[in-house]
Amino acid sequence: MLTNIVIFFLALSIVFYVLFAGADFGAGVLEYITGRRHRQVVADAIGPVWEANHVWLVLVVVILFMGFPSIYSAMSLYLHIPLLLMLVGIIFRGTAFTFMHYDAIKDQSSRVYDAVFKISSIITPLFLGMIVGAAMLGRINPEAESFSEAFISPWLNLFSLSVGLFCLVLFTFLAAVYMIGETDEEPERKAFIRAGKQLNMAAVVVGGGVFIAAEWNGLPLLALFGESPVSLGSLVVTTLLLPVLWISLQHSWVLWSRLLAGAQVVLILFAWFWVQHPVVINMGASDPPLTVYSAAAPPATMLQLVIALIVGAAIILPFLYYLMKTFKAGQFKQG
Amino acid sequence: MEDLLAARLQMAVSLGFHIIFACIGIAMPFLMAIAEYRWIKTGQQVYQDLAKAWSKGVAIFFATGAVSGTVLSFELGMLWPTFMEHAGPIFGMPFSWEGTAFFVEAIALGLFLYGWDKLRPWVHWWTGIVVGVSGVASGIFVVAANAWMNSPAGFDWVNGQAINIDPVAAMFNDAWFSQALHMTLAAFVATGFAVAGLHALLLLKNRKNLFHRKALKIALVVGGLAAILQPISGDYAAKGVAERQPAKLAAMEALFETSQPASLTIGGIPDVENREVDYDIEIPYLLSFLAHGDFNAKVTGLDQIPRKDWPPVLITHIAFQIMVGAGLLMMGVGGLYFYFLWRKKETIRKRWFLWLVGACMPLGFIAVEAGWTVTEVGRQPWIIYGIMKTKDALSPMPGLQYSFYMITGLYLLLSAIVVWLMYRQIITLSGRYASANTTED
Ligand code: HDD
Ligand code: HEM
Ligand code: HEM
Repeated sequence: MLTNIVIFFLALSIVFYVLFAGADFGAGVLEYITGRRHRQVVADAIGPVWEANHVWLVLVVVILFMGFPSIYSAMSLYLHIPLLLMLVGIIFRGTAFTFMHYDAIKDQSSRVYDAVFKISSIITPLFLGMIVGAAMLGRINPEAESFSEAFISPWLNLFSLSVGLFCLVLFTFLAAVYMIGETDEEPERKAFIRAGKQLNMAAVVVGGGVFIAAEWNGLPLLALFGESPVSLGSLVVTTLLLPVLWISLQHSWVLWSRLLAGAQVVLILFAWFWVQHPVVINMGASDPPLTVYSAAAPPATMLQLVIALIVGAAIILPFLYYLMKTFKAGQFKQG
Repeated sequence: MEDLLAARLQMAVSLGFHIIFACIGIAMPFLMAIAEYRWIKTGQQVYQDLAKAWSKGVAIFFATGAVSGTVLSFELGMLWPTFMEHAGPIFGMPFSWEGTAFFVEAIALGLFLYGWDKLRPWVHWWTGIVVGVSGVASGIFVVAANAWMNSPAGFDWVNGQAINIDPVAAMFNDAWFSQALHMTLAAFVATGFAVAGLHALLLLKNRKNLFHRKALKIALVVGGLAAILQPISGDYAAKGVAERQPAKLAAMEALFETSQPASLTIGGIPDVENREVDYDIEIPYLLSFLAHGDFNAKVTGLDQIPRKDWPPVLITHIAFQIMVGAGLLMMGVGGLYFYFLWRKKETIRKRWFLWLVGACMPLGFIAVEAGWTVTEVGRQPWIIYGIMKTKDALSPMPGLQYSFYMITGLYLLLSAIVVWLMYRQIITLSGRYASANTTED
């Protein structure tokens, strides 16, 4: 019971991180696609909520090391390298964004911030996805003999790469749809709508690629989905929402488009959770997988974690709502 | 480079970097709140300008603190997976509460930074207070986790496994209060003196500048008060260390022989080979009193500790001397300021005083870094005192030095950029705030 409550909060934190921080990273990538510098729009849109968006990741980490310590330590040991690269992205992304905004003098330096901002917006989602892919694929192997077998091949493979790419496309898609409601300029809005549609297509294509890559790397992902009607159902619903989203985008219905895009992403995450559950890390060779139940901390710890999470949620959610209301009220009215 | 050394250095660099931003995140919101309070009460524009100008700096520091903190939460596992696998469920509780504190802090900061025009003045003021209170809370939580490493509690260690885990007892371990108190004060000392020092140096250019005068006063009152309290809390911390971690105390004091009564060794260079201290000053009886509150008490020396369990004596001793020296100096400067304030003398118009405060600018942060060196290096060779050795917690991944080089390089770069950004904030002050051009007699 306690463990299930913790799992719920873990899933919730991942969903919020993807929805909010994901779109935030996506906003950086989006600039490559629309070929514009909508830095100001991005800054206005995410400035006040930027810090809060990123705390979700910290929460995921804390839940993992307190509640599922062997999962946390296995991931951080075997996926040290992609984690480090993801962190480099986080460092550059977070600082470039703030430094750009708070540099007292606007001069050539803004070009550097720009470049760093854009590149690091790619790095983080890519490696985040690769880490997720590595956990699913099952090449993490405590008995590995060589360095590359232990620390490289678990994450440097076609499947992990495809998940990384999927993550990147998904985040950028979210950003494009969010941004539609953030701009007052018609050409810019058009550009976002176009990008949103293109990225949606791209997500379908790359998503298909993930399945192919899985088969290629020996992970029977199709069969797994076949065995799980709930996951399969979620994917079908996501696909059915596609035309609805397109209509909504066509009419620039801001709120509807956001809700639909968010729903699509949540459904994809849900399908992934369900197909994996209760496994978090598939281990290679003969080792049993690490599941949320086999890795769960003792009940006394879980109880404290649950208390902290529930009390925390009771404090944070109203406060977060107040923040969003203070800074987002104008946009919602437009929609 | 050896992997163990690389990992320890990476930890030291990452934490030593993060703590600077953490201190600022703890104390700055209160300095801004004082300025804003005075603005609301008196209506003097200079106070709002000050709060706004400070908040620009805080935004830059906060972002750097947030990313370096995020990195830390991964590094703990990337470098010490064995430690985290055992310790996570035991000392995770303060971190789980810290999560809430971070959220509240981040949300309130968003409201504070972007809400100048959107919120009513008192509502805005309160968001600043919330940032500060949650900053203090997150500091206390994370230091409680560190205190557990020094003073493990809340579990039984049987055959290399923790059983009977009690996270509440672990969080409220014997060391948590003294460390949390000392650290929270340290944040105010360090930030107060750094800010005061900066404005003092700027005042030296124009001693009548209204903006810098007000800034200096606020920072010096806060920093000075904290600096006067700090040695008291430090003494309390030392008494706790003497009781719980005799090896650390002996290394701090470079006490090779168990003595009764024990003399206090001031300065000097410990010679570990020959078990003696060169070039030091010794004050009879004083260590017995400082460690145990009794001039004739016995103080355990390193001779009672197996040689393989000694912490690095040289580093620990010197770091301790630096912290205490800096602490006493800042206490003196703080005392001087309050003395003149009480005698109604305007010290902040005097050149010598401005130079003195300016010279103290880095002292608080030096003391913080030195203090953490005492705590962390003095705990060696243990990662969990008496339970697990640091070397047994290390990640088996070869080539950890590359992580270390990368993180160190990144943080050096970030430090340089932050300094440069601050410089740009300062040189544009008078263009942005009219009060930064105003003088008063
Ligand atoms: C502005 C900073 C500052 C100043 C002026 C002082 N300290 Fe300190 N000290 C710290 C900042 C600090 C710290 C960085 O915050 C530490 C590291 C861990 C901790 O809890 O606080 C610390 C640790 C620390 C410890 C080790 C605690 C442990 O390992 O559990 C002792 C014994 C003292 N201090 C004692 C003192 C004394 C006797 C001081 C007298 C002047 C003093 N400190 C001034
Ligand atoms: C921000 C303030 C802190 C500073 C400046 C600091 C400093 C250091 C230093 C210098 C070391 C290297 C010691 C050595 O190996 O000789 C170290 C190690 C370490 N610290 Fe801290 N520390 C801080 C807070 C914390 C906290 C709050 C925690 C945990 C909750 C922590 C956990 C560790 C761990 C796990 C190691 C590595 C193992 C070891 O060397 O014992 N530190 N730290
Ligand atoms: C192992 C040790 C530590 C870890 C894992 C850690 C983790 C973090 C994380 C994840 C953040 C970002 C939160 C956000 O986005 O708002 C953060 C920020 C912060 N940390 Fe740490 N931290 C550690 C040590 C410390 C210590 C020793 C202190 C203070 C005494 C401290 C005080 C703070 C404060 C006040 C912030 C707010 C952000 C800021 O002001 O820049 N942390 N830390």
